[in-house]
Amino acid sequence: MTEIAFHLNGAPVRISASSPTLTLLEWLRETRGLTGTKEGCNEGDCGACTVMVSDADGPKALNACILFLPQLHGKSVRTVEGLTAPDGTPHPAQEAMVAHHGSQCGFCTPGFVVAMATAHAQGRSDHDTALAGNLCRCTGYAPIIRAAQAVEDAPVPEWLRAEMGVASRATAEGSTLRPATSNDLAEWYVQNPDATLIAGATDVGLWVTKQLRDLAPVAFLGGIKDLQQITAEGHSLRVGAGVTINDLMGAVAAKLPSFAELLRRYASDQVRNAATIGGNIANGSPIGDGPPALIALGAGLHLRKGDTRREIPLEDFFIEYGKQDRQKGEFVEAVTFPTDAPNLRCYKLSKRFDQDISAVCGCFNVTLENGKVSAARIAFGGMAGTPKRAKGAEAALIGQPWSMETAQSARKALAHDFEPLSDMRASAAYRSAAAGNMMIRYFHDLSGLPVNLLEVAP
Amino acid sequence: MSIGSALPHDAAPLHVTGSARYVDDIPLPAGALHLAFGLSSIAHGDITTLDLSAVRTADGVVAVYSACDFDEVPDCSPSAHDEPLLATGCVHYIGQPVFLVVATSHLAARKAARLAVVEYAPLPAILTVDEALAADAYFEDGPVIWSKGDANTAIAAAPRQVEGEMEVGGQEHFYLEGQVAAALPQEGGDMLIHSSTQHPTEIQHKVAHALHRPMHAVRVETRRMGGGFGGKESQGNALAIACAVAADRLGRPCKMRYDRDDDMMITGKRHDLRIRYRAGFDASGRVTGVEFTHLFRCGWALDLSIPVADRAMLHSDNCYHLTDVRLESHRLRTNTQSATAFRGFGGPQGMIGIERVMDHIAFDLGLDPLAVRRANFYDPQPAIPQTTPYHMPVEDFIGDQIVAKLEETSGYAARKVATAEWNANSPILKRGIALTPVKFGISFTLTHLNQAGALVHVYQDGSIHLNHGGTEMGQGLFQKVAQVAAGVFGVGMDAVKITATDTAKVPNTSATAASSGSDLNGMAARAACITIRDRMAAFLAQRHQAAPEDVQFTDGRVVIGAADYSFAEAAALAYGGRVSLSSTGFYATPKITWDRTKGSGRPFLYFAYGAAVTEVVVDTLTGENRILRADLLHDTGASLNPALDIGQVEGAYVQGAGWLTMEELVWDAKGALRTHAPSTYKIPACSDRPPTFNVALWNRPNHEDTVGRSKAVGEPPFMLGISALMALSDAVAACGDSTRYPALDAPATPERVLAAIDRQRNV
Repeated sequence: MTEIAFHLNGAPVRISASSPTLTLLEWLRETRGLTGTKEGCNEGDCGACTVMVSDADGPKALNACILFLPQLHGKSVRTVEGLTAPDGTPHPAQEAMVAHHGSQCGFCTPGFVVAMATAHAQGRSDHDTALAGNLCRCTGYAPIIRAAQAVEDAPVPEWLRAEMGVASRATAEGSTLRPATSNDLAEWYVQNPDATLIAGATDVGLWVTKQLRDLAPVAFLGGIKDLQQITAEGHSLRVGAGVTINDLMGAVAAKLPSFAELLRRYASDQVRNAATIGGNIANGSPIGDGPPALIALGAGLHLRKGDTRREIPLEDFFIEYGKQDRQKGEFVEAVTFPTDAPNLRCYKLSKRFDQDISAVCGCFNVTLENGKVSAARIAFGGMAGTPKRAKGAEAALIGQPWSMETAQSARKALAHDFEPLSDMRASAAYRSAAAGNMMIRYFHDLSGLPVNLLEVAP
Repeated sequence: MSIGSALPHDAAPLHVTGSARYVDDIPLPAGALHLAFGLSSIAHGDITTLDLSAVRTADGVVAVYSACDFDEVPDCSPSAHDEPLLATGCVHYIGQPVFLVVATSHLAARKAARLAVVEYAPLPAILTVDEALAADAYFEDGPVIWSKGDANTAIAAAPRQVEGEMEVGGQEHFYLEGQVAAALPQEGGDMLIHSSTQHPTEIQHKVAHALHRPMHAVRVETRRMGGGFGGKESQGNALAIACAVAADRLGRPCKMRYDRDDDMMITGKRHDLRIRYRAGFDASGRVTGVEFTHLFRCGWALDLSIPVADRAMLHSDNCYHLTDVRLESHRLRTNTQSATAFRGFGGPQGMIGIERVMDHIAFDLGLDPLAVRRANFYDPQPAIPQTTPYHMPVEDFIGDQIVAKLEETSGYAARKVATAEWNANSPILKRGIALTPVKFGISFTLTHLNQAGALVHVYQDGSIHLNHGGTEMGQGLFQKVAQVAAGVFGVGMDAVKITATDTAKVPNTSATAASSGSDLNGMAARAACITIRDRMAAFLAQRHQAAPEDVQFTDGRVVIGAADYSFAEAAALAYGGRVSLSSTGFYATPKITWDRTKGSGRPFLYFAYGAAVTEVVVDTLTGENRILRADLLHDTGASLNPALDIGQVEGAYVQGAGWLTMEELVWDAKGALRTHAPSTYKIPACSDRPPTFNVALWNRPNHEDTVGRSKAVGEPPFMLGISALMALSDAVAACGDSTRYPALDAPATPERVLAAIDRQRNV
């Protein structure tokens, strides 16, 4: 078993985990007796287990319940116990949460405090977004946000600044468990084609905590820097498979704001700090929010097996539910997409705005020339067994004048593009109706009519 | 003065540092074992094969029990002896515990529990209201009917009538800390239980019964819960009993906590129901007669369904004087989780019916719903006492005053106009606004539960140990009671030690429920403190040849004429004088009487009032919706702690709005709950709170002689959330031509809102 080295609340730790899929949460609570970090859901949806994990990129909030110990190699972990100074001085966020009555039952509180302290260290004031991954059932959130606002101007405590932004203290040497380069991974994966590749573990984590599966053999991809590159290539971006959703969000914010806004609503800050775009694609989920937007952009997918590489249109990767165009031993290396798509609009429909899985995710991208539609790419999640293009709707648009009549005909055509399912998120009929109406929303949206609920001021 | 101070929660410094200890955080002795249930996978059927051999041989497994391992399977029910710990031959819902695994770790127990081979002979499952009605599947013998006057005649004679039907969904508690218990065997067969429960005495009673021992052999301790909301009134019984039984048999400490998915599959939730209504009214909207039929899905076992459904009937008037009213309540047996207590305990389900009627009448008459509500308010100073549908005179009505004040502070009238103007210029997005009031009855309707005890010690150094029968689930009860105690002794809060609820200190307690915690336990603690203070005063008075009433306890000092002692000095003197510095205290709520078979009496000591204005916006293309602003004004009497009370009001509103908007429980056609984790069941998140959120307290003394003249606050503000549903109804109505009532069901998910909008537009 490979040794794992990291810092815990300022002190070095070296362990040989008995299982590569032992979670940080279980280890903290059961082995270290650090019971401040709570288990609320054991699937990364409540934030009660939030910890601060720092590396050369600075501090990030992560969910300890779906964070495997090998993912921490070379990093620094702060739990709620470690936010307090060695001399017992509380962190400003801890003081503010008391002063503003931000805790009632107190069970979610450690997670909130750590998420708040992490956002504070990052200099953020977008509290609703930073704390969207932390559920509270008692307070109604108002006092928690008051606390977060109260500490905005407080300096980051010395005892935390010391470990932030420093390069990894443990040697981040490669190993079969943690390959250091994509070449190493490619070679190993060809030899171990049945292995489970673990990037952020935001989905694979649940295979362990909920399905109770044994995943061996596994490889952790977090140390592969060459998979984490974002490269501008003309009017395109090439985004490595290991780029996190939060980093992708930052990369597309200026050119593709609607895509960035979709990604802001993708899970939570804790999940976006771990989840990667490669995982989001390779997982093959019909309801992942990355693929519909990327398909609407006309993204290409880069796959690699051993030394063999190929590029395919992203939409062709998704064959049917549970089946992708990926050979044994082949992995997703990168995705490339154009960034000159001013008309891209992404609409995420869910019961809750933040941190909810889409019932329908519709992404629209038309090109208009002289009042006519010269090109159209429309892709949906949640409408079929895979992320899928609305080819009928696209055909109804192309070559037509950009008008409400055209939008209406595309909406009608959309009804024939999909046969969605009914499930706990929405009925098939509602999915169809809402997807069609998104076409109308898109027309109004490009016309400048207010269509965004989130932009309505109180 | 400690009473009325806006002090933080007593455990807040522990919460924020992660040092507040919950049951799962308590270190257990070496050799502790961990438990998990194996669950039924069908909704109704006989178990034909239960092969546990693979479970027994799995890694770490120490023991496996099924019903056949017991001469008498322990019962978990709080009411009817109808909940065997493990299924006895027949299963009644998907998620019912069938067998129990005891293993060396939580994970080992969970893994092993999946290895059983269970086969069933399926029986017809009753899942819906209609199926239950068709099968005549009732708890009790049939519907409960209470009436006052002659509703049918009054409705028939009214100038106008409305009638309708409404589906109202249930609600998962989603306490952040899941159900958990631990049992530690003691000498001589005694058992110590740590339980996350609102009702330690019930746990003690059920464990004693399961172990066939007297209650004195079982001690239950509860320091705090990570949220309860009613979900830990009875739903923790199974875990504590399982731990106790295994610990007793194996002689080792046992702990059980449900994984979140198991918790949601096994435990009961808020009752969902269908409401049918019929009302007659005049041109001003004044109701002359109204009938309600409640159709509750109660689940597979009785649990607390009778008092829950009763309380729904008891709140079908809300703030409105109904002269001729008929209430019919069906408590239906279904093959689903046994619905249970949840904040409001049926009150919200009853209240939403009459609010729906008010909304419907206003739509029918083209009036502002607030005008219709006002036309129906109880008269605060009636010539002849006005009574509720259950014949209780309403003597403390202040709903009109609260509504008037809130109408003014929220700018309701101007915003109503502005909303209409905004909508006229916004084709895709529509706003809505609504003001709804709350009147909630305070007391347990099972009269004997309205009692409480406390135990207070003053040590010779002047420090005070405070204990009472109430439990802490986040509501700040312990701090409020400590403030009462500190007030009696005239000492600072740091002199008072708050201690865990313990059945060995205060016996025979009621659940911390029905919002009663501070009313009951505050009074009991106050009585105990006064007893000790009076003894100290008598002793010191004698010592100084003064009258006991001349001894003053204030600012940490005890003053008798020229003599001035610190409280610690006074305590030391009293100790030296052989004065007992320990006392119990007791309180029983006065005035209440209730005959539920007749539906008549005074079930409540008083009412708590409040009102809310909610403004929403909806997307008419998708039905997505959000709250833009909420203004709340809530009656806490003379607040014991305004900070804690505001916390209760804000939190309850968001939880109530969640119930009626995004929180949706979905069962599939086979009766499996499909929303059994936070990935699929969505409680409000941070950004769902109203971005503008104005919350104020109606901080005026209670009409009744309660502790500090305060009022109960746990449940009543939950129903302020009803204004969110009514605001959505208003926004939906803005999509139509005022000819068709929106009839919006709850929860108003985007899907339901879009369906209602499409009905307005005849899509």
